[in-house]
Amino acid sequence: MYVSQFAVLAAVLFAIGVYGILVRRNGILVLMSVELILNSVNINLVAFGALRDTISGEVFALFVITVAAAEVGVGLAIVLMIYRNRRSVDLSQMDLMKG
Amino acid sequence: MESLSFLGAGLNAAGLSSAGSLLAAETAEGIVKASGWFLDNAWLVPAFPALSFLVILFFGKRFPKGGSEVGIAAVALSFVFAAAAGIQWIGQVNSAGEESAVDAVTSTWTWWVNGGIQFSIGTLVDGLAVVLMFVVTTVSLLVHVYSTDYVAGDRRYTHFFAFLSLFTAAMLFFVLSENTLQMIVGWELVGVCSFVLIGHWWEEKPNSDAALKAFFTNRVGDIGLLIGVAVLFFAADQTFSVLEINRMALSGEISHLALLVGACALLAAVMSKSGQFFLHTWLPDAMAGPTPVSALIHAATMVVAGVYLIARLYGVFFEGFSIAGSSVNLLAIVGGLTTLVGASLAFVQRDIKKVLAYSTISQLGYMVLALGVGAWTAAVFHLFTHAFFKACLFLGSGSVSHAVHSFDMKSDMGGLRKFMPHTYRTFVIASLALAGIPPLAGFWSKDEILAGTGGWGLAGGTGGNGAYLVMLIMGIATAALTAAYMTRCVYLTFFGEFRGHGTPHESGPRIVVPLWILAALAVVAGWLNLPKGFQLVPEGWTTRFEHYVESSADYFPSIAHAKPSWTLAIVSTLVALAGIAAAARYYFGRVRAESPRATEMGRGWTKRSRLAGAGHTLLAKKYYLDHLYTGVIAGGIKGPIARAAYKFNQEGIDRVVNAAGERSVKAGHVVYDIIDQKVVDGVVNSSGVAPHMAGEEMRKMQTGKVQSYAGIVFVAAALLALVFIVFI
Repeated sequence: MYVSQFAVLAAVLFAIGVYGILVRRNGILVLMSVELILNSVNINLVAFGALRDTISGEVFALFVITVAAAEVGVGLAIVLMIYRNRRSVDLSQMDLMKG
Repeated sequence: MESLSFLGAGLNAAGLSSAGSLLAAETAEGIVKASGWFLDNAWLVPAFPALSFLVILFFGKRFPKGGSEVGIAAVALSFVFAAAAGIQWIGQVNSAGEESAVDAVTSTWTWWVNGGIQFSIGTLVDGLAVVLMFVVTTVSLLVHVYSTDYVAGDRRYTHFFAFLSLFTAAMLFFVLSENTLQMIVGWELVGVCSFVLIGHWWEEKPNSDAALKAFFTNRVGDIGLLIGVAVLFFAADQTFSVLEINRMALSGEISHLALLVGACALLAAVMSKSGQFFLHTWLPDAMAGPTPVSALIHAATMVVAGVYLIARLYGVFFEGFSIAGSSVNLLAIVGGLTTLVGASLAFVQRDIKKVLAYSTISQLGYMVLALGVGAWTAAVFHLFTHAFFKACLFLGSGSVSHAVHSFDMKSDMGGLRKFMPHTYRTFVIASLALAGIPPLAGFWSKDEILAGTGGWGLAGGTGGNGAYLVMLIMGIATAALTAAYMTRCVYLTFFGEFRGHGTPHESGPRIVVPLWILAALAVVAGWLNLPKGFQLVPEGWTTRFEHYVESSADYFPSIAHAKPSWTLAIVSTLVALAGIAAAARYYFGRVRAESPRATEMGRGWTKRSRLAGAGHTLLAKKYYLDHLYTGVIAGGIKGPIARAAYKFNQEGIDRVVNAAGERSVKAGHVVYDIIDQKVVDGVVNSSGVAPHMAGEEMRKMQTGKVQSYAGIVFVAAALLALVFIVFI
């Protein structure tokens, strides 16, 4: 069992996700990056669950997938509303909460 | 227990085995352990009406007759089971023989256990419980049948029957209580049901007021019940069991002081529930409820709960008030006063139901008086007979009001004997029973109470637990008053000329048949306990009630029984007849001579004599008790006491407060100048400036952009991860 390979894959996905969140301006792409991060976590959970020969890792991953689906549903709805109001989903323009 | 000898027990055991009895098992010391299917499963008796309450409440409207048939069926089943339990109990006592005592049948289940104390729930069946079960189910069944006609077409017909069922169930639950905790539950359930039913027509303000008055007056006494139960619980080694408490009270294991405190607290509860003077004021107002409810409250449930409480915990009262000591005690005084107050107030009522309500108060006073002088059996017997003739009177008054649509005797009744022959006849029978005319039921029970006072030292009739001469006089005076006010009531309702509107008509069979059944019971119920020594009937037929109901087991005090006397019986009969004669001479003679429509003489003695007039006013104002409660006590707390408190507040407390205020203002100025302005303000100002500057710097972080926040989160998470890796 080569856990390190899964861990590396997860780390790469996580890094790509973080990059996407921090850099991309398109709201939809940011949401997709969030999904990448969540899935990197899932890979870790399943991998380590398999290593320890327990099913709980997979069960937990299932929960994460479910929550992620709900989250992306809410997130896309918000993005849609923003698009309707502003005709753009550029996150850099959204700074109404500036202190 | 001198009567219980080992010899008797041995004989008894032999008799039992030869008879092949499968029910009774013999234990030591001549106390026979009774059992039997209906006695062991007595919980079914309250269970039927409780179930019918739920069924009527949820599904009642779907039944063709609005749920009333469910209630009647359930109460009829209860009646059958109660009667069967009674027959089994009689069988047990018979098979035990004259020498042995039959122990009460208990079945208990653990409710919950907390801190080593077991809270149980169960049934306790003995002679007393059997009698009460029989009375409650009989009267309730007849009231149910009666109600199907009386409240027909009512807007809350189904609701009415649901609560009638619950009322019956609550009373039966209370009667069968195995422990005092269970008694509280039953007691409160009865109270709630009476509240709901008195306020059945709550849309009219007086009705809901009367319901509230009943409920609140009862709450006053309920505090006594809680205290009494708690005192007895701790005094009796933490047990709630009724039998255990009685046993310990009688064997002297509970100190006399604890018993006295417990008994006084319980007496407060009895006074409110059983309408004893001076907490009786809710009872006449409770007439606002529908008449069947009044009959149920006054005959079978609710008000007899208080009397039953004393009878059930008689060991506590017997020892607590030293009833055997022949001194005048609180119980007898309360009972004696109540019986006189109730009887005198019944004279001035215009409302037929209120006459009966005060009469109930008076008769309940009789029962408490009897318990106070140690005539336990007489009290329970009076409860038994009173239930039938009072229920008959109430249902009769309901029948009358059904015809004339009013309860006012003076303006809407009179001459009804021609229109309502059945109601008239049953009403007169029940009135005579109440007045104590032999051989009707009331005579036997009332006479037994009078004999039980032991005050009749003349002509051989004596005994009892002491000589309570005052109680005897009170009892005889009440007997005369009772006979007189019932005569007045009968005259105003049924004689003279009809003063109302329209043509009244006799009620239907569902009203008349229960009336006749109750009237029949009012005649025969008294024969169950014919006194010994009168030689009217064979010896084996006398004192049957006493034999089966009064326990001689160790949870019941060994009370002395008064010997009945011919002279007392004759005197009390003559007194009652004199009461009737005096009232008859006034109403049938002089009032009718003035005019057949008259209700009082134009210039009666209350008009001519100032003293009599004052007496009438005192009675009409109900001894000013309602004024005392609402005017003086409640008004006093709202008015003068509140004002005095305000004045004290303004002049006493405020002066101190003001002076203290002035001083502190002066001191405050000094403090302000030096400490506040210079020291504190310096610190505060500088503490304000620092966050302000920090905030100016931190503000720059709040870009409002999601991505910069996310960056901060990731950096922080990375730092935390670093810390995690390095240090752990």
